[in-house]
Amino acid sequence: MSDDPILSARGLSLSFGAVRALDGVSLDLWPGEVLAIVGESGSGKSTLLRVMAGEARPDAGAVTYRDTLGASMEVHGMGEPALRRLARTEWGFVRQDAREGLRMGVSAGGNVGERLMATGARHYGSIREEAARWLERVEISPSRIDDRPGTFSGGMRQRLQIARTLVTRPRLVFMDEPTGGLDVSVQARLLDLIRGLVSDLGIAVALVTHDIAAARLLAHRLVVMREGRIVEEGLTDRVLDDPRHPYTQLLVSSVLAA
Amino acid sequence: MTGWILRAEGLTKGFTLHLQGGTRIPVLRDAALTVEPGECVALSGPSGAGKSTLMRLLQGNYGADAGSILLRRPDGGVSDLATAPPREVNALRRDTIGHVSQFLRVIPRVPALEVVAAPLIARGMAREEALDRARALLRRLNLPDRLHGLPPATFSGGEQQRVNLARGFIAPFPLMLLDEPTASLDAANREVVIALIGEAKARGAGLVGIFHDLDVRDRVAHRVVEVAPLREAA
Repeated sequence: MSDDPILSARGLSLSFGAVRALDGVSLDLWPGEVLAIVGESGSGKSTLLRVMAGEARPDAGAVTYRDTLGASMEVHGMGEPALRRLARTEWGFVRQDAREGLRMGVSAGGNVGERLMATGARHYGSIREEAARWLERVEISPSRIDDRPGTFSGGMRQRLQIARTLVTRPRLVFMDEPTGGLDVSVQARLLDLIRGLVSDLGIAVALVTHDIAAARLLAHRLVVMREGRIVEEGLTDRVLDDPRHPYTQLLVSSVLAA
Repeated sequence: MTGWILRAEGLTKGFTLHLQGGTRIPVLRDAALTVEPGECVALSGPSGAGKSTLMRLLQGNYGADAGSILLRRPDGGVSDLATAPPREVNALRRDTIGHVSQFLRVIPRVPALEVVAAPLIARGMAREEALDRARALLRRLNLPDRLHGLPPATFSGGEQQRVNLARGFIAPFPLMLLDEPTASLDAANREVVIALIGEAKARGAGLVGIFHDLDVRDRVAHRVVEVAPLREAA
């Protein structure tokens, strides 16, 4: 319990013109923990994720990452090369639109193998073997290993993006609406897959979603955002079953029970 | 030995309904409950008196407005559930608090056997051993083998309840919370549950239960604690 957070955000603010996308946001993420960030469109949740991952720079505030050796580094102060190295080794990013997270001109096996090569793997045979294993793990037939993602369904593409992200066993993964835009039955399969992999691999995840049911299923802890601020946070089931803030009560009461 | 397992004091809980003009609903005020090892305490009181609210506070599902919920962990230390940060609550649920609710929260595609084995795997038991134990407990609760590999979403109420029971009783939690554990069970399975409660008491667990079946309550509970409704005006 005394271990340090893997990622800490302090006092993040970011405005786009007159819009305050982030307004003094602070949060911590611990190793192996799944943190869901929920809120309606425009609440700032995706901006928060991009700032935490170093893809956007805040007007104020800082994000600190603690690496495998316990060394602290400022995400916005480490420089582009160090950030890129982190992004392809210890971190991963799963995007809502799989086309942004995949290389569409490269085969499925190549998409997975490329991440492996970026972390130093060189032996073609073992890279292909590992890629095939991961395709199976995300329920894509290894017979599709030489097909390009353009020939895949939306759900398959998203599973391929997850294989590509997790193959290098990152410690920290950012997920932005990973089930957005998929059919409900496809969503359930994907959620279950993410749930299993994340707990097997012990990855820390910052998950942005507007899907309360997905947050309940996956997250240990929940942050509710509105107008660039965190209005409520805590244990996932407590925030959802005993919400305190008027906005959280509205959010929870707006969910259709299946 | 007189060291309590659970010691709750001054528990106060109400709800503010912001969507209904900030209506304030007080449910518990200054509630207290102590449970010793090997003891089973039944909560009683009319519907709406706050029994379920108290159970949810003891599970960490609701947050207390005031008061303390001290729990003795298996490592001998004490945690206050009422003020514990989320990560500590999750650790308490893994190691200290077992819970059988009336309602199974079904996870898509996860088979009954995995649902039951999950608490053991979370504690670090090898997967195969955990699944073996889960299988044995489901059999003891007379859930046919052909259902073990299926997700419980399509199960009957009684079948789901037995999956819930098996998940709750699979690990040796120091504190067990039982919300209507024998609801929707037939006589034979009711006897199995009574035996499981007896075994939990024998190993020194403290139990808190809501039992609408008074026959079951009288057979398992050492004492009954009355949860009285608050008066709105008070």
